[in-house]
Amino acid sequence: MNPFSYERAQQPDAAIHAIASNQHAKFLGGGTNLIDLMKDDVEHPSTLVDITRLQTLATVNPVDGGLLTGALVRNSDLANTTEVRTRYPLLSQALLSGASAQLRNLATTGGNLMQRTRCYYFMDPSYAACNKRAPGSGCSAVNGYNRIHAVLGQTDNGPADAHTCIATNPSDMNVAMAALQAVVEISGPKGKRSMPVRDFHRLVGNTPHLDTNLKADELITGAFLPAKAAVFAPHSYYLKARDRQSYAFANVSVAAGLELEGGSIRSIAFAMGGVCHKPWTSEEAEHVMIGKQATAETFKHAAEVATRGAKGYENNAFKIELSKNCIVRAFTLAAQGTGTASA
Amino acid sequence: MLQQEEKPTGNGKELPYRYDGKLKVMGKATYAAEFPVKDVLHAWMVLSTIPSGEVVSMDTTLADRSSGVVKILTPFNAPKLPGIKPQPPAIRKLSLLQDRIVYYNCEPIGLVVAKSLDEARYAASLIKIKYNTTPGKLSFDKRLDQKRPPKQGNAPPKEDHGEETEAWAKATTVLEQTYTTPLHNHNPLEPHATIAMWEGENLTVYDATQYVSGVRQSLAKHFALPLDNVRCIDPYVGGGFGSKGSMWSHVVLAAMAAKVTGQPVKLVLDRTQMFGPVGGRPATTQHIKLGTDATGKLVAMRHNVIEPASVMEDFIEPSAQQTSMLYECKQIAIDTELVDMNIGVQTFMRAPGEATGTAALETAMDELALKLGMDPLELRLKNYAEKDPGEQKEFTSKHLREAYKDAADRFEWSTRPRTPGTKTEGNKLVGYGMATATYPANRSAAMAAIKLLPNGRIAISSGTQDLGTGTYTIMAQTVEQETGIPWQMVDVKLGDSSLPKAPVSGGSQSAASVMPAIQDACKQLQLKLATLAITDSTSPFFNAASDDVLLSNGELRSKSNPSKIEPLSASITRNKGAAIEEKGSGEPSQEAERALSAHSWGAIFTEVAVDKTTWMVEVRRVVATYDIGLLLNQKTGKSQLEGGIVWGISLALEEDSHLDNVYGRVVNNNLGEYHVPVNADVQSIEVNVVGIPDLKFNPQGARGIGEIGITGIAAAINNAVFNATGKRVRSFPITPDKLQAA
Ligand SMILES: Cc1cc2nc3c(=O)[nH]c(=O)nc-3n(C[C@H](O)[C@H](O)[C@H](O)COP(=O)(O)OP(=O)(O)OC[C@H]3O[C@@H](n4cnc5c(N)ncnc54)[C@H](O)[C@@H]3O)c2cc1C
Ligand code: SF4
Repeated sequence: MNPFSYERAQQPDAAIHAIASNQHAKFLGGGTNLIDLMKDDVEHPSTLVDITRLQTLATVNPVDGGLLTGALVRNSDLANTTEVRTRYPLLSQALLSGASAQLRNLATTGGNLMQRTRCYYFMDPSYAACNKRAPGSGCSAVNGYNRIHAVLGQTDNGPADAHTCIATNPSDMNVAMAALQAVVEISGPKGKRSMPVRDFHRLVGNTPHLDTNLKADELITGAFLPAKAAVFAPHSYYLKARDRQSYAFANVSVAAGLELEGGSIRSIAFAMGGVCHKPWTSEEAEHVMIGKQATAETFKHAAEVATRGAKGYENNAFKIELSKNCIVRAFTLAAQGTGTASA
Repeated sequence: MLQQEEKPTGNGKELPYRYDGKLKVMGKATYAAEFPVKDVLHAWMVLSTIPSGEVVSMDTTLADRSSGVVKILTPFNAPKLPGIKPQPPAIRKLSLLQDRIVYYNCEPIGLVVAKSLDEARYAASLIKIKYNTTPGKLSFDKRLDQKRPPKQGNAPPKEDHGEETEAWAKATTVLEQTYTTPLHNHNPLEPHATIAMWEGENLTVYDATQYVSGVRQSLAKHFALPLDNVRCIDPYVGGGFGSKGSMWSHVVLAAMAAKVTGQPVKLVLDRTQMFGPVGGRPATTQHIKLGTDATGKLVAMRHNVIEPASVMEDFIEPSAQQTSMLYECKQIAIDTELVDMNIGVQTFMRAPGEATGTAALETAMDELALKLGMDPLELRLKNYAEKDPGEQKEFTSKHLREAYKDAADRFEWSTRPRTPGTKTEGNKLVGYGMATATYPANRSAAMAAIKLLPNGRIAISSGTQDLGTGTYTIMAQTVEQETGIPWQMVDVKLGDSSLPKAPVSGGSQSAASVMPAIQDACKQLQLKLATLAITDSTSPFFNAASDDVLLSNGELRSKSNPSKIEPLSASITRNKGAAIEEKGSGEPSQEAERALSAHSWGAIFTEVAVDKTTWMVEVRRVVATYDIGLLLNQKTGKSQLEGGIVWGISLALEEDSHLDNVYGRVVNNNLGEYHVPVNADVQSIEVNVVGIPDLKFNPQGARGIGEIGITGIAAAINNAVFNATGKRVRSFPITPDKLQAA
């Protein structure tokens, strides 16, 4: 860990000012991701701006029929908020399936949106090649041990190419937020803006070093859950396929929500985790389900469409079939009615 | 038929709490790295980042100038040590900055010593290292054809008990399969840690170890010191599991740095450093061939193991060992071959050999039962070995039959659906499996000292170790059992090489080795007290025969006239108020060792539920009954067996060190990604013991229990998964992707 200085922001504006005036400063939320990366010499901020005392950003409030969660609301608090549990159970389930109780007690909404990939080669600078950590250096994962990597939307021009990256976004929360079409609230030196979660995280494209569209001097102030996303409350399910019963990142996860009318599907919430550099969404897959009966046939068709063009590697090809099966299963369970958080 | 002494005795009693429990709960048990040492410096190991080659240069200019740095040791400036020959298995070939060769990724190539750990660690990141990289030998699976016979180490002998071809010709059913287990790395809660300090030519270390006198001996050799100049102290060990059974490079490096700087040096391994420089359990590829006659009787068995070995030194995980004694069969052949790799030297991990060996053999037995159309338990009973099939030795004691029956009844094995894939619960497939557990009963020479103190308390000591397993507790308990002095009145000392010598706490032998020495010490004390009493005219025992005076119930008592008693305070007065000391020792009889075969046994039954979509496996229930002789303490003993089972769940379903095939580095080198069971993975575990003392093995009738728990369980789970799904995975761990593909 490099030597760094520490300051505590009391107001959002002060936090933004601190970060805008020092390009090597970083916000400190729960610290569960950033501090690890600092210890392992991946992140080297010169200053940590602790934002955990920004009380105004630490509450969940009803706004415009929806729900606005502050950026500093802890993952466990958000998951257990009554409004979230009753109106957006998909998000609650996703949050509770993530990490461990201790981590969820520390992790913040803003930090979760910003958490970095768990690619082994990114997290250990002993590996020379990693375009995300050291732009232009290549990618150790394409020909390495790539079991936890992406099968959809990745950039792969070979291990030596400066744009190659097959990393995934590891978050569960982000998947549910993408499915529910939540909106990220942002403040910067130039004022406030909003950005749908679906646009917040980036595909790799030609910029593997960029995870999100947040600018370096911007602060996430919150995430807004729109009123219309509450229609999925009776019929939603977050399915997380992983290597052990708890405390493991998803091999594949599916956030599924259905608005049903009679037996037929009126609207859909859908996103996948563990398969792409961002929460994977597919308007085509949603499209083929709308107006159809909520049956296995419908979901199978959607699963094919959602995973079209998937490409696996030596260790992660299993994710393609797993994704399809999980899509069908998650929507089947959603159709049956909302249960409790998945194991 | 049970012999007269072979009755369940009710086992050791359960104490209300562990001897050391209170200190641990209060955080007051001092572990190696926690000893307060004045002016201690902190060291951080610099590890190689290439798998093979040499260090060309290490530019420490920036690092030297970094805040707090006191000294940086590299192959270019480290003091030369008198070269010593590695003597496996107690000493591993170490990396001590004596040359510039890199044998594996994560090999120690430097040491930064600074005023604080953070400063040392940061300075290490500033060192610019140039390597000359040579192609490493990295893949194991793809280089099996490069196997060779072991050149050194503890190779099990190639066994061939007869005319192999002839035996195979008689087989009417043959099962032949290959099973694999991956590299595992030790992760006890307490990582390796050493504090080293010199006083002139005397070296003292606080070191996290399973063998205080082994560390003392190794350090003496490395620094060419008389044995008496070195002392190793470690009163509490936060788990060892074999990792701390031999001394690794960091201990010598800490001592070297302390010598060079003239100050005490503390070196604690970071979690990621547990993956590489301190050994692990080697991967195994096991070919098993089993042949039976039409009745299911085994007529021939073959178990060939191929493993990776470090280019530095052979270490063998003897996975075929149990195959030579677990079932009655006239023709058994086992062997092990090695494939050289650029990895660190491998080492013991809980039940080295039997853990991985039973995973394969007991899965093969299940497959064989299916082929024969037999119940898996029936197949085992059919081939029950009444004698060790190798040299036809008698067992010291074997009650595996009772264990099978007890566990099978509790589990209601007979009611399980025999056809795989037939029991469903919603989206889950439910299945049942069983397997046999086994581990050898080991015992070595050990010594102990005992003291009756003027205040009436007893001090007992032995240079053994407590790995968190309960040695303190059973030492105190054994004194109570032998003398009648309540265990609360007993002060236990261990974990110090200046105490009477005891063996390494490995091979599940500590209890079996040390307790007889303690029993002997108690007897010697009784004799001494008797001798003092019978020559004292004021004693009621004056002129009595010395063997008529017993130390029991916490007082002296006449054997012939139990109403004649004398309090122990009289003995102290008689000795002019001074403590009364004696020594004891215990050692296995060589004769018995040669004539008899000593092993522990167990029967494991499991129930699993497998999700048809995610292919995640839940181990819902484990029922196990062990024949481990006398169980000395219910609480500490059962905890060990349960802990072994939890690790068996890990071996079956989760644990896997992934070696990058270009860098030769374990990519998942942290506890987030190196999966072991979490609470949610562990449901009902029911452990029972047969409880018949093995008095032919040692005077207490107790065999060790530290390792058997991890044996058998992985196969029992695999067999249950097969029963649930009809899918057979032969490569451990059984992760969802493998089940999906099967
Ligand atoms: C072992 C382990 C297992 C885990 N398992 C899971 C899992 O199964 N599922 C899952 O979803 N997650 C998992 N996590 C990840 C966990 O959810 C994240 O670490 C956590 O959400 C990060 O939040 P934080 O507040 O601690 O972020 P920090 O570490 O404080 O910050 C992370 C990043 O976000 C930036 N940041 C923080 N707040 C803001 C803000 N308001 N505006 C702008 N930038 C900001 C920081 O500067 C930093 O770059 C796991 C983590 C660990 C260590
Ligand atoms: S996948 Fe991305 S993060 Fe991982 S090594 Fe390649 S470039 Fe780096």
